[in-house]
Amino acid sequence: MKVVNQEIPSIDGKSLMMGRQAYSNDFADTDSLIIKVLRSPHPFAKIEVIDISAAQELPGVVIVLTYVDFKRIPFTRAGQGYPEPSPHDKFVLDEYVRYIGDEVAIVAAVDEETAIRAVKLIKVEYKVLEPILDFETAYNNQQILHPEPEIHEMFPIGFDPKKNIAAQYHMEIGDVEATLNKCDVVVNETFYTQAQAHAMMEPHTCNARFDHLNRLVIYSSTQTPFHIRRIISQALEIPIARIRVIKPRVGGGFGGKQAVHGELIVASVTMRTGKPSKLVYTRKEVFESTYTRHPMRFDMRLGAMKDGTLKAIDCQVLSDTGAYGEHALTVFMVAGSKVLPLYNKVDSVRFGGKVVYTNHTPAGAFRGYGAIQGNFALESVIDVLCHKLQMDPIIFRQKNMIKEGESSAIFAIMGEGTEGTPMTMDTCKLEYCVQRGMDLIGWKTKYPRQVVSKDVVRGVGMAIAMQGSGIPLIDMGSAIIKLNDGGFYNLLVGATDIGQKSDTVLAQICAEELETTIDKIIVTSSDTDLTPFDTGAYASSTTYISGNAVLNAAKAMKSRLIEEAAIMLQTTIDKIVFNGNSFFDSQKKQKISLEDLSNRLYYNQNQKQVATTGSYVGHKSPPPFMAGFAEVEIDIKTGETSVINYVSVVDCGTTINPKLAQGQVEGGIVQGIGMALYENVIVTKNGKLVTNSLMSYKIPTRLEIKNLVTEFAESYEETGPFGAKSVAEIGIDTPPAAIMNAIYNAIGVRINSLPATPEKIWHAINERQNNQE
Amino acid sequence: MAIVKFTLNHQPVTVQSDLNRRLLDVIRNDFNLKGLKEGCGEGECGACAVLINHEIVNSCLFVLANVEGKEVITIEEFAKTKRFTVIKEAFAKMGAVQCGFCTPGMVIATESLLHKNPHPTEMEIKVALSGNLCRCTGYNMIVEAIQEAAKAGEGLW
Repeated sequence: MKVVNQEIPSIDGKSLMMGRQAYSNDFADTDSLIIKVLRSPHPFAKIEVIDISAAQELPGVVIVLTYVDFKRIPFTRAGQGYPEPSPHDKFVLDEYVRYIGDEVAIVAAVDEETAIRAVKLIKVEYKVLEPILDFETAYNNQQILHPEPEIHEMFPIGFDPKKNIAAQYHMEIGDVEATLNKCDVVVNETFYTQAQAHAMMEPHTCNARFDHLNRLVIYSSTQTPFHIRRIISQALEIPIARIRVIKPRVGGGFGGKQAVHGELIVASVTMRTGKPSKLVYTRKEVFESTYTRHPMRFDMRLGAMKDGTLKAIDCQVLSDTGAYGEHALTVFMVAGSKVLPLYNKVDSVRFGGKVVYTNHTPAGAFRGYGAIQGNFALESVIDVLCHKLQMDPIIFRQKNMIKEGESSAIFAIMGEGTEGTPMTMDTCKLEYCVQRGMDLIGWKTKYPRQVVSKDVVRGVGMAIAMQGSGIPLIDMGSAIIKLNDGGFYNLLVGATDIGQKSDTVLAQICAEELETTIDKIIVTSSDTDLTPFDTGAYASSTTYISGNAVLNAAKAMKSRLIEEAAIMLQTTIDKIVFNGNSFFDSQKKQKISLEDLSNRLYYNQNQKQVATTGSYVGHKSPPPFMAGFAEVEIDIKTGETSVINYVSVVDCGTTINPKLAQGQVEGGIVQGIGMALYENVIVTKNGKLVTNSLMSYKIPTRLEIKNLVTEFAESYEETGPFGAKSVAEIGIDTPPAAIMNAIYNAIGVRINSLPATPEKIWHAINERQNNQE
Repeated sequence: MAIVKFTLNHQPVTVQSDLNRRLLDVIRNDFNLKGLKEGCGEGECGACAVLINHEIVNSCLFVLANVEGKEVITIEEFAKTKRFTVIKEAFAKMGAVQCGFCTPGMVIATESLLHKNPHPTEMEIKVALSGNLCRCTGYNMIVEAIQEAAKAGEGLW
């Protein structure tokens, strides 16, 4: 392969470094009205009186909108395929506010200062209601957070708002209780994960204006332009043909921009005023008023025989979706469906639980999407079991984990909101990943611990993980390739580059098939008017789904070019050989270059446009796999812990661009390390988020990140474009479990509630010492 | 309202405005230079970095009044230099750019570091760039890129 599997620099990286106009806010009209949102100071309240007169009278204020200005149309902001597996439980504005930071009123003014002043002039009388801030008390609480009659589910997801349930699910294969009863060893542990923040560098932003056709044009920092167009049309009753959504460069998403953010707000303001408008979230608003990872509680039980055969897994989950149910069911299900198949040889497996409403910032999609939470719980409790069995955790995993050619009954049963799709692991290099990772970290010499000094101990721990490659039979991507005069191509894709560099990866796939170089492939992505449909950048789908769509379009283009060359050379297609630059007729010893062919087609001879379309929907979702190994260093006097080495060995099929794939893995690893050790979420007892700035919410900086080693296994997935599976999410899954296992191996204490802050570790060390005394 | 005079990208400029305005807004809105970005507005992320008298400064925390008589260089001007080309090639080669939102600030921080210390150690790079947050790359590729730039640009700093 000449272009695929090559470390080609990204096509847009150099221009972005120069500071070119590229992101949504860079394209806002200079005369845009500036929008500010009045947000709720209460975690749960009903608006009794709202007086906007003083705000409206302030010179420079153009419009003030409250819930009375909106028709009551429930929808979900989730940004998923339609019909969505998330409850339709949100209104643009509502008379109820359900978390501190929820929208109360919208102000648009001629400048920012005026908009901020106007927001302060709005007088609201709230009937303050008792909030639910502990998600373990939400189910069947007498306080009902969503009493409104219009809300509904699109198909059965277990939605039961009278009990504060956004979604619920249960499945069992075999008989877990009976199997556990027969096991030699049973372990039982509870785990908690926190409401991690995406903390992408570009805050959420969007802007709107009317174009020369009087159509509403929205630039948005989004992962799902086509879903956004559909939701704007539904929620605001604007004909869909009148809306254009453009996604320029996006400064990071990680799931946090899959759902609607300000698009309905800017659309409403521009529709009603006729004027361009823009909304840029402050960093505080990004933290308080967008989305988080779903916090979860896991009650895990494992049963095994003395020889180390795992027999049963019971995984019961309680998930906190916050004030609204975006991704409630699907994130929760992925905590099982992309975790439990790792141990496919069990006799019985059970997964179930509830997703409850609380008065927290809504949870939503976040890289890993439930799998990181489930992986933390399962891969931690596996080590607890190994300890009880007195078995090396690697030997245990090698004996029980899924292997190439095998399957799991779970694949057929659990999908994302619906039934799943049966599949066999045609590529699964987990055995290699584990073995190679062991060697790279030096497991044999370092396991379980090394004492560095009186107060400093090092330990190693590991975890294995899987993810998916798009959602089978739901996620669809498509591509159009257009040949231009001069012999170069436009590649139009709906796929959404959010900084992961999918435009580059898709150009590489296209160039490889057309046997050309990527400078001949001009990529335009994510403009609902210009590019074909794509569900968007989520579920690790772009390389596999959109990549296959591009490959199909490129194959079609190649055939079309050969047809046209045969006509031009007055021969038949079977005689034509194409090398990317020229077409040769071997018998007549003639040739025509692609450039000549295109110029003749457009200017002189047999004139016509050559363009092809390709689309792809997955029939399976081949999981990428990885083994992650952490080496931690702990100061036992202070509890301070750092990851001094992290080894990742990944099976993502062919790496279309090894450097970019490494970037995906390492970016995920560092977010996972952040979730494991640093990213503490503090909420006051009144429901106020304390960690609402980059000062107080600590994402890792360069200083925290020590040595990262990332390697890829040789692997070729037949159904993927040039053998590729996905690589976007798999990197984030292992750090929480691998690091907690390493901490346990170092100092003998297990942290079951993330993040493992120095205080928690210090307390755990002291508690253990007190117990021993 | 007051008049402030300073040098922006080697051109003398005069701004008549509220002295408390952030330099970030003045550069982005009044001069239409979009290279610097607002990531947090509180000096924590470094996406809005510019060079003022060759020192790296977060323009979100710098009010207009303080720029009187000073020399401001933004990424757009620095991008015309040979040193930028060296940094750009190194970042591209090492895969140090993902979403790119933090990158102009990273480049400014790299220039500021190499200007003072043309041969930084890995630790010196980490310390110098610890004020520039990135959520995409995992950082190590950026550290490698700066090491590469320092090597390839030998003699430029």
